Amino acid sequence: MSGDAKVARNDSQLPGSQQPASDLQADVKIRQPATRFRGATEEPVWIRYSLIFLTVSFLVFFLFLPLLSVFAEAFRKGVNAYLAAFNDRAALAAIKLTLITAAIAVPLNIVFGLAASWSIAKFEFWGKSFLLTLIDLPFAVSPVISGLIFVLLFGAQGLLGPWLTSQGIQIIFAVPGIVIATIFVTFPFVAREIIPLMHEQGTEEEQAAITLGANGWQTFWYVTLPNVRWALLYGVILCNARAMGEFGAVSVVSGHLRGKTNTLPLHVEILHNEFNFVAAFAVASLLALLGVVTLAAKIYVESRVRSTSTSEDLSSLDH
Amino acid sequence: MSIEVKHLSKTFGSFKALEDVSLRVNDGELVALLGPSGSGKTTLLRIIAGLETPDPNPESEILFHEAHVTASPVGKRGVGFVFQHYALFRHMSVYDNIAFGLRVRPRANRPSRESIRDRVNHLLKLIQLEGFGNRYPSQLSGGQRQRVALARAIAVEPQVLLLDEPFGALDAKVRKGLRDWLRRLHDEIHLTSVLVTHDQEEALEVADRVVVMNKAKIEQVGTPEEVFHQPASQFVMEFLGQVNIFRCRVKAGTASLGTLTFEYPNYQESSEKDAIVYMRPHDLEIKRRQRNEPGLMAKVSRLNPAGAFARVFLHADGVDEIQVELPQDQYRELALSPGDVVYVYPKNARVFVPDFVI
Amino acid sequence: MSRTFRQYSVIPGFGLTLGYTITYLSLIVLIPLSMLFFRTAGMGWERFWSTISDPRVVASYKLTFGASLIATLINVVFGGIVAWTLVRYKFPGKTLIDAMVDLPFAIPTAVSGIALTAVYSKNGWIGQYLEPMGFKIAFAYPGVVVAMTFIGLPFVVRTLQPAIEDLHKENEEASASLGATRLQTFRYVILPAILPSLLTGFAMAFARALGEYGSIVFISGNLPMKTEITTWIITQKLDQYDTEGATAIALVMLLSSFAVLFTINAIQWWISQRHRGVS
Repeated sequence: MSGDAKVARNDSQLPGSQQPASDLQADVKIRQPATRFRGATEEPVWIRYSLIFLTVSFLVFFLFLPLLSVFAEAFRKGVNAYLAAFNDRAALAAIKLTLITAAIAVPLNIVFGLAASWSIAKFEFWGKSFLLTLIDLPFAVSPVISGLIFVLLFGAQGLLGPWLTSQGIQIIFAVPGIVIATIFVTFPFVAREIIPLMHEQGTEEEQAAITLGANGWQTFWYVTLPNVRWALLYGVILCNARAMGEFGAVSVVSGHLRGKTNTLPLHVEILHNEFNFVAAFAVASLLALLGVVTLAAKIYVESRVRSTSTSEDLSSLDH
Repeated sequence: MSIEVKHLSKTFGSFKALEDVSLRVNDGELVALLGPSGSGKTTLLRIIAGLETPDPNPESEILFHEAHVTASPVGKRGVGFVFQHYALFRHMSVYDNIAFGLRVRPRANRPSRESIRDRVNHLLKLIQLEGFGNRYPSQLSGGQRQRVALARAIAVEPQVLLLDEPFGALDAKVRKGLRDWLRRLHDEIHLTSVLVTHDQEEALEVADRVVVMNKAKIEQVGTPEEVFHQPASQFVMEFLGQVNIFRCRVKAGTASLGTLTFEYPNYQESSEKDAIVYMRPHDLEIKRRQRNEPGLMAKVSRLNPAGAFARVFLHADGVDEIQVELPQDQYRELALSPGDVVYVYPKNARVFVPDFVI
Repeated sequence: MSRTFRQYSVIPGFGLTLGYTITYLSLIVLIPLSMLFFRTAGMGWERFWSTISDPRVVASYKLTFGASLIATLINVVFGGIVAWTLVRYKFPGKTLIDAMVDLPFAIPTAVSGIALTAVYSKNGWIGQYLEPMGFKIAFAYPGVVVAMTFIGLPFVVRTLQPAIEDLHKENEEASASLGATRLQTFRYVILPAILPSLLTGFAMAFARALGEYGSIVFISGNLPMKTEITTWIITQKLDQYDTEGATAIALVMLLSSFAVLFTINAIQWWISQRHRGVS
């Protein structure tokens, strides 16, 4: 229809005349004020604004307010009371234990994450999706159960308990139990971030490196690892946040020995149960800060990932 | 450096990718492996490279310069491999990509920093990307990326160059330019090269010899001229260029299609047999009037004069549509219009008697 | 045909990395988890049944499953709105609001627990207004729901966001061009397309709520028969050195959350099969 009309109009014009184009522009100019109706894939303005209002107020009141309250409660009795919470042997011991736990659990899960993603993303083998499901398993297990299973394994009445006792090794209600339970709950984080990305990147770059004479280690170090570095960093950040903040699993295996087997979250619980609220929230504020830093790092890493992937997209337009 | 493979087979699950394939590529030659997708050409290339292993078979051999490499891994074979989707290291600059193969060498035979620099700069000049060393692959066009991939492959001074559909991901115009450039490059450096392609034009234009593959087997090996003009099988005939295909009958050394007859000395028996005759559109002539010899009477059904050759579509009793390509001057002279009755004379035709009569 | 375990590849390190992966996985996850089954198996059916059907335990199931369901339904509605708003609309501060969604992931559960308690208790920022109106949240049933909603929200939002981003706008335009109202388009075009992700988000949030501990135990008050969640019961049994009792209840909870995830997977499989049949 429109094609026919155009041809007819062209015939009536002198050849080479710009008339049809300016016609069109005139049309647009005339119509523009009248065409301010809603797009086909938009909601009415009042719905849009209500939804935005609902989202912002829900998130601010429901998620942000509790975070803010941590700091408000912590500083309720002034800066000195806040600082006093950290001037305590038990608090310092809790910080130390938390750092030690993360320092053991995170590197172990990085090594696992890299090994698992190399074998799963770079090779095709039988039973791969089942293996992936198993790796995700700790996410589906309640933190309390995560702690319990190690009690069943290493506890006094556990499978290995009598033998461990005879050897003089204590795992449950001691630091090793806390570390192992933490490894369990943070187990999938690194692997989960890297596997999809590595899989998406395929194996061509690795094959290229190997045809060029690189050995396996060189290929991994110079080609594969740099390609997943942001995802790895992101996985490590999440893994670390959870390792430092885990409560349920650690609570079951720790035994709550003040100054000995208390991590920061457990210390918060003890202080709270003793109605020492300022100290509890002061210590909690440290963990909340860790959460905020984690979020900030996440935003930064995501923007990095996005910027590298968009530059890739742009260049694909030109060929 | 010559390449020779003997009795290679490869199966993936229940899919046969290669079936007892043998091939020799001479020193300094550029050979194209041509075939439709799934014909086994890429598998053959990857086995030559060492990226795949052939099915275990004591007779299977892969020889580079008459020496066995069957058991040596890809990194030790001295091959340069160019991937279809470039496989450039995305986080490395162009310079680092090209230098990679030299830098990962064991310390003992790793070139000095200076000689790596000289070599990379030389290659950048060769691929006409001087001044692009600091760019990242994502900042290059497809054609530029493929040239970098090529430079990276030859930086390690391979003894053979293997290219897997190197221009497959590029648009037609860039592909043509790169193809000419590759041929010139090959004439300069004379590296024994094997190129995989599904584009017959590319294979015929670039290669010294063409290996036509189909269904895990080699159909024909020959110069571009040989495979195009003397196709050894129906498949080669159909795969290379446009072709008219007609069912005909063959008897006592002669095949007949309506009023047309063709010599077919391979079949001398007196009982009639089904056969197929192939005629290329440009091997057909159109006449307004019958000549002394019998021609095939046909009616013009459609005309398409756009292009280097004018195409005429004809309809004749007992055969499907016939396509004829005419030079533009002949086409104008004939002044055809749909519905005209004309006579078709083949200048050249090939008859095949199928092994299996369906 | 001989079926090989894996396809040939020139890339090295498969045996090493897979071996390491499976060994590590077995030591850290599989062997410890299997203890739950062994230990229960050695318990005898009668003791197992009397443990898991004890009235106090049953009350905790009712609370845990009921509150989880309510919390997850709240999350489906509000999480849906949040995800839609964050994907489709532009407004100032959007990046910050988007980042806020992950707060429940990022903040340790113990911190969330005491913070929610502080905000919703009698003197808290929100509780001081609600309690005079007769809404007691902290140390009551609603408190458990609030904590479960808090912890489950990111699961729903983060699974829905990519699904909404992937929606083909052409479908909505086609629907509008055929005369559908925006609501009809939502009901018949958008909702079916995001349903699988909605179900995944639902399952993940629900399973998480069932197993949650840290963020709930502070706000719930743990009143026997009233506000005791099942994970709290497990820790109580452990504190009394009743490992067997704890194990039996833990097994019930573990199988329940597996059942939730499995059911949702089955529903999704059924949906995808139905779609395949149509096309």
